[in-house]
Amino acid sequence: MAELGIDPFVAGVVLAMAVATFATKIGGLWILSRVEVSDRVEAGLSVLPGAIVVSILGPELVDGGPAEWAAAGVVAFVAWRTNRLLVALLAGLVAVVGFRALL
Amino acid sequence: MTRENTEANVDSSDPASSHATGSNGAKPTWTDEAGTGAEADSAGVDKTPPSEPAPAKSVGPVSFGWAGFRRGFTTGLPVAIGVAGYGVAFGMLADRAGLSVGEAALMSATVLAGASQMVAVELWSEPIPVATIMLATVAINLRYSIMGAALEPWFRSLSPGQAYGSLFFMADENWALTMGDLTSGSGRGAFLIGSGVVLWLWWVAATILGVVAGGAIGSPERYGLDFVLAAVFVALAVDLWDGRSSLLPWAVALGVAVVAAETLSGQWYIIAGGGAAAIVEVLRHDG
Repeated sequence: MAELGIDPFVAGVVLAMAVATFATKIGGLWILSRVEVSDRVEAGLSVLPGAIVVSILGPELVDGGPAEWAAAGVVAFVAWRTNRLLVALLAGLVAVVGFRALL
Repeated sequence: MTRENTEANVDSSDPASSHATGSNGAKPTWTDEAGTGAEADSAGVDKTPPSEPAPAKSVGPVSFGWAGFRRGFTTGLPVAIGVAGYGVAFGMLADRAGLSVGEAALMSATVLAGASQMVAVELWSEPIPVATIMLATVAINLRYSIMGAALEPWFRSLSPGQAYGSLFFMADENWALTMGDLTSGSGRGAFLIGSGVVLWLWWVAATILGVVAGGAIGSPERYGLDFVLAAVFVALAVDLWDGRSSLLPWAVALGVAVVAAETLSGQWYIIAGGGAAAIVEVLRHDG
């Protein structure tokens, strides 16, 4: 049923989703541009990047198995040694496919 | 913290870099795969020596130009190709839910938030449960507010149009690439939009492909593409690790996120983990 047409009501729902999503994307920055941020809060914000990364990654890896854990180790090692994202990414994909076949 | 010593003198004890503090020291940025070094913008601007003591968190000058956009675009390209596997999967789900090619492509082009799009088409039925879909969309995407807040040290020097325009193109993967780039001291304010545009192009194209020809391609798991997000975040974690000062906030974030992922619905665990780490850091600041 892959027809091309766009139903106006469907388009309305999709655009409402788009507006809501855009609001979440800009919300954090918008609030920080309105309020004066103290040094203490600044210090808290400075740990956000690493904390968010760990928060996304932790449960993702907990959900995985030995193959994903080993592949994550490969990515970390390659990223640390080479500092090349693409190399680390490719090594990780090869590793995860390989480990899934083996483990 | 000039570009010269972030790019070249990583191992030297260049005194010019000693004023840089925190995570903005002379850490190398992602190595340019093409080796072109296309980053002429703002060269020279950041040679001015700091006239006042560096604040607790110095980020250096931030520019918004084509060179930064291009670097974001080329760095984001391989990741975008990986994420496109999910675009195909989304297209297949959308097709099964009864959306047309045009409607699915419209959603990918205007929403650009994979997880919430997947959930929306899972919830899709006749009549469309608008309130449920909107609630799920906001709940799943609220994490972007905290991710956008993390960009504030750099985005504060952009115009509102540049900053908010860039944030439209923010997704998990290119946010990660951008944090890696900006914390290395690159000052490339257009990196987010550059890496976002390439992601957007592949996401929309893959969505269309998924609706039209999804059945013939199969699931992304077959090619290990479900691991792309985790791989990008592992590499970013290696880049963001700042020694012992990272230990406590990271441990708090990890513990809270893992527990919250088991107990809370949706993606609240990301906000819980990030928020808990920030609160702990606020409490121990100069304590």
